[in-house]
Amino acid sequence: MNSAGPQRSSGREPLLQVRDLNGWYGESHVLHGVSLDLHEGETITLVGRNGAGKTSTLRAIMNLLPRREGDIRIAGADMMKVPVHRTAHHGIGYVPEERGIFASLSVSENLMLPPKVAEGGMSVEEIFELFPNLAERRNSPGTKLSGGEQQMLAIARILRTGVRMILLDEPTEGLAPVIIQRIGDVLIELKKKGMTLLLVEQNFRFARKVADRFYLMEDGHILESFPTAELDAKIDRLHEVVGV
Amino acid sequence: MTMLFGIPLPALLGQLLIGFINGSFYALLSLGLAVIFGLLRVINFAHGAQYMLGAFTAYLLLYYTGLGFWPALIAVPLIVAAISALIERTMLSRLYDLDHLYGLLFTFGLALIIEGTFRWYFGAAGQPYAGPALLSGGTNLGFMFLPNYRGFVVVASIVICLAVWLLIEKTRLGAYLRAATENPQLVQAFGVNVPLLLTLTYALGAGLAGLAGVLAAPIYQVSPLMGSNLIIIVFAVVVIGGMGSIGGAIVTGYVLGILEGLTKVFYPEASNIVVFVIMAIVLMLRPAGLFGKEI
Repeated sequence: MNSAGPQRSSGREPLLQVRDLNGWYGESHVLHGVSLDLHEGETITLVGRNGAGKTSTLRAIMNLLPRREGDIRIAGADMMKVPVHRTAHHGIGYVPEERGIFASLSVSENLMLPPKVAEGGMSVEEIFELFPNLAERRNSPGTKLSGGEQQMLAIARILRTGVRMILLDEPTEGLAPVIIQRIGDVLIELKKKGMTLLLVEQNFRFARKVADRFYLMEDGHILESFPTAELDAKIDRLHEVVGV
Repeated sequence: MTMLFGIPLPALLGQLLIGFINGSFYALLSLGLAVIFGLLRVINFAHGAQYMLGAFTAYLLLYYTGLGFWPALIAVPLIVAAISALIERTMLSRLYDLDHLYGLLFTFGLALIIEGTFRWYFGAAGQPYAGPALLSGGTNLGFMFLPNYRGFVVVASIVICLAVWLLIEKTRLGAYLRAATENPQLVQAFGVNVPLLLTLTYALGAGLAGLAGVLAAPIYQVSPLMGSNLIIIVFAVVVIGGMGSIGGAIVTGYVLGILEGLTKVFYPEASNIVVFVIMAIVLMLRPAGLFGKEI
């Protein structure tokens, strides 16, 4: 594992490299040869309609799919043989779509739950500074929080662990605009600090503020990839594929 | 003589205390069952056999190595936990992906094999086990004569139950355990070795049964069937308290022990079935148990 700090550059090799990834839930073949690159400090966004395979891609990277084939590398390390509970130790954090706040744990227990996987994570004080709401409610049960607070907690607990890459699955889903703005600010802040982000997001207006590149998914395939600057030119095609 | 509800007070208090001692074993055993069920979703039918194994290990340690009660109190739970961890790793863990019924059938079969082996080797008769000399004799409480060892059992069980409760509710390890009970996949994705956590949890539950076995050895005789006699009541306790509720298992264990003792005073004929009658009533009114959540 590299040492902490934003200048742990890995040259031209992507931090996360996915090649020809196939995934299955039982008999159902949900990923058909997904390939993507995510460079250190970069933010990419997967877009596509529901069921296109975005969440499955994240789950496959975390080794949470029942069956996967292909090649996944983090900083060059072959992840295909790494067991689920060692995956995070390669510096990767996961914020799931359903947020995964534990009802039987208090806010601070939720925050302290994910083990540190590397040095350089944020301290609890820094996290409470970033998310003052959580500090106020640190002793309440995790699920007594509002949806927005739960989302912030789901992000906050990953920031403690020292990961250098975070997979976020629809962090703005079902949240009020003012909360979405707040989460956007946090992600931009993280980006400035050199964090690498892989975002699944239906909300283009939100994603364009953070993302450097977009990957368009349909039926378990990557259709195309383009930089954020081309988003306006592609917007009609995007609406057609995503259907919003 | 002081009377209460037409019963001599000393008799009442005496049965209360006996109920409290029985309740101590119900609490220790149902706590282990609840810990195991909470995380593994396995109904551990081998729990009675593990309790018996604890008592027998203490007995065998004494006769073959001369190791007495106090060292056994530490060593036996560790031995039973280690054997159970091995069983979990090599056999039980292969069943997690199947229907929960397989775990129940496996542990039931395991209990039959362990108990059968001991019965074949030692016969069904009980073996006496000497309690610690330090706690021989008794104390006159005024209303009854309390054997010191039984008083120790009550105190020890309360301390152990409280310690396990604190471990689960207040420590980092306990937070892993509670979180993994809710969503094992996500806890694993955070980098926690959940398979190891499952093994440790099974070992903890079985170790508690082994500890209860050592505590029981000087009171009840050490016999191959001592576990199967007790475990039916303990399952009723867990059902009443609610599956998977740690605090519920402890409280229900003590309360039912005491209720059973009181029944012996007021209506002795019902004392063997009172726990099951309560279970039936609770199942009708609150199917998830008094402290349980719907699963």
